Amino acid sequence: MGRYIIHRLVSMALTLFFIITITFFLMHAIPGGPFTREKPLPEAIIKALNEKYHLDDPVWKQYLDYWKDILRGDLGPSFQLTNRTVNELIGLGFPITARLGIVAIVFTILVGVPLGILSALRQGKWQDYTTMFIATLGVTIPSFVLATVLIYFFGVVLKIFPTTSGRLTRPIEYVLPVIALSGYSLSFIARLVRSSMLDVIKQDYIRTARAKGLSEFKVIYKHALKNAIIPVITYLGPLAAGLLTGSFVIEKLFSIPGMGGYFVNSVGNRDYTMIMGSTIFYSVILVVMNFIVDIIYVMVDPRIKLMGTKEG
Amino acid sequence: MEKVLEVKNLHTSFFTHVGEVKAVRGVNIDIYQGEAVGIVGESGCGKSVTSLSIMRLVPPPGKIICGEIYFKGEDLLKKSEKEMQKIRGNKISMVFQDPMTSLNPVYTVGDQLMEPLRIHKKMDAKSARRQAIELLKAVGIPDPERRLNQYPHEFSGGMRQRVMIAMALSCQPELVIADEPTTALDVTIQAQILELLKQLKAEFNMSIMLITHDLGIVADLCSRVIVMYAGIIVEEGTTREIFYNPKHPYTWGLLKSIPRINILSKERLIPIDGQPPDLLKPPQGCPFMPRCRYAMRICKEQCPGLYSVSESHKAACWLLDPRAPAVTWDREGVNFG
Repeated sequence: MGRYIIHRLVSMALTLFFIITITFFLMHAIPGGPFTREKPLPEAIIKALNEKYHLDDPVWKQYLDYWKDILRGDLGPSFQLTNRTVNELIGLGFPITARLGIVAIVFTILVGVPLGILSALRQGKWQDYTTMFIATLGVTIPSFVLATVLIYFFGVVLKIFPTTSGRLTRPIEYVLPVIALSGYSLSFIARLVRSSMLDVIKQDYIRTARAKGLSEFKVIYKHALKNAIIPVITYLGPLAAGLLTGSFVIEKLFSIPGMGGYFVNSVGNRDYTMIMGSTIFYSVILVVMNFIVDIIYVMVDPRIKLMGTKEG
Repeated sequence: MEKVLEVKNLHTSFFTHVGEVKAVRGVNIDIYQGEAVGIVGESGCGKSVTSLSIMRLVPPPGKIICGEIYFKGEDLLKKSEKEMQKIRGNKISMVFQDPMTSLNPVYTVGDQLMEPLRIHKKMDAKSARRQAIELLKAVGIPDPERRLNQYPHEFSGGMRQRVMIAMALSCQPELVIADEPTTALDVTIQAQILELLKQLKAEFNMSIMLITHDLGIVADLCSRVIVMYAGIIVEEGTTREIFYNPKHPYTWGLLKSIPRINILSKERLIPIDGQPPDLLKPPQGCPFMPRCRYAMRICKEQCPGLYSVSESHKAACWLLDPRAPAVTWDREGVNFG
């Protein structure tokens, strides 16, 4: 296990190195720069700005300088929001996004998995049809449509929930954005659990469990679920990373000042350090989540042998 | 001797989207304490469905239509699901055909072996573990303390079947239903597993219902044999009677399809030509009629009842009617007398 973890950490570092390098050069290959405006700034000002941010250096030198900074944990100053560093901005936006994301992950799992189980156990009955109808809608309707509909009905017409959520200070502000954010993943997980559960309950070992005299509850929740959950775990890594880093659209619609906005705006603004910062941040979360998922995977399914372990 | 199991006029059907498949059509089975009864027949003859019916584990869309299943005098078909759970794995247990898929891959062997002990015998974790070690020892698994913590994929097929048997025996059931317990194993392992079953049967004085399509296994283990075809019993008798004096042409066919070691002759195995009937529309007459070389007109029109050959030997064939032409059988061929 120890060797596997070291192996994984090295490959994670390598992955991040390539992501940083490729993003850096791609970003500089896009025409335009952080100080390009519709109404061009005076020549002298641009020159001064470029000098201040070392944008007049050759790209390879900028690249090496950038590495020096990030190895110290400094993602640099933002080019757009002067006087703010990227670290500060992420520190400001991420807690809000993460709070929403964690609630959405918990909601996705707590609702999606039971719905999938229910649907599989009542296959061909109305519970199955209802759940799968909703789940099919869930995976096909884009989140911004869902969010708009939710805001209109529950916010504007029924006035049950606030139409904007702001900094998510009250529990009630979570309801609509969480539903909108987890609509897709929840439906996806429900469908995933259903199909894998249907497959598992036909297996011989489920018949064995019944023949032992186990109650139906134990047969399903002990013997079937642990097998059926394996494909869900695979999906959990990217899902958690995606929800944790938030959705630009959802944050925009509910006026939540999270990470999503920085990420998207930075690209349009050619805010070089912010692009790099949010990309690195997202990548780290994704890589770490995948790592955690792989560890969970081994704990759930003993047949998986980790590469680099003693027995594997 | 006490009757452990009595199945009376069991009908089990599967309600598929094309119609009702009558898998078991009026089966009667008696099993006494301490005896091993073999149920033989080719695939799809209803032998596995019969065993699952006894356990009340027929998977949907299958359903027991009618009949009675008495286990020690109590009708299992009248029991609630909760009461059945107390019987399964405790009083009646099962060993399934494929040991490779019959154990749950994500739990340790020990965990799965201890489960029946914990729910039926209400043992605590410690004594269940001790008992599980004893069970693994009893079925001949070396190093049981270590093996208990391993997962099924770390066991070979034969070892897994031993685990399945240990699991079936864990609560000392009165009846073990073994559904093709050796089919998925290679021949040397088959012999070991059979030897094990024989030895355990003697040790615990339990009854065994052995389901198989392999007559060789039956001869080794069982004192009585029931031959099933197309959901009904076509012949039953003691193992001796079935092997030396079979009366049903289907049984003849089964016996002739066993390979024999005979250096002098280079005879070929004789298969039974044709297919069993479609149980969506069971034939009105004898189900074996289309494949039977001795079929008469009556065979097409009416299904024969069981004719008694001796007190223990019965067969459902019109050839046993006094009015039918005499046809006798010996190992080398059929003689028309």
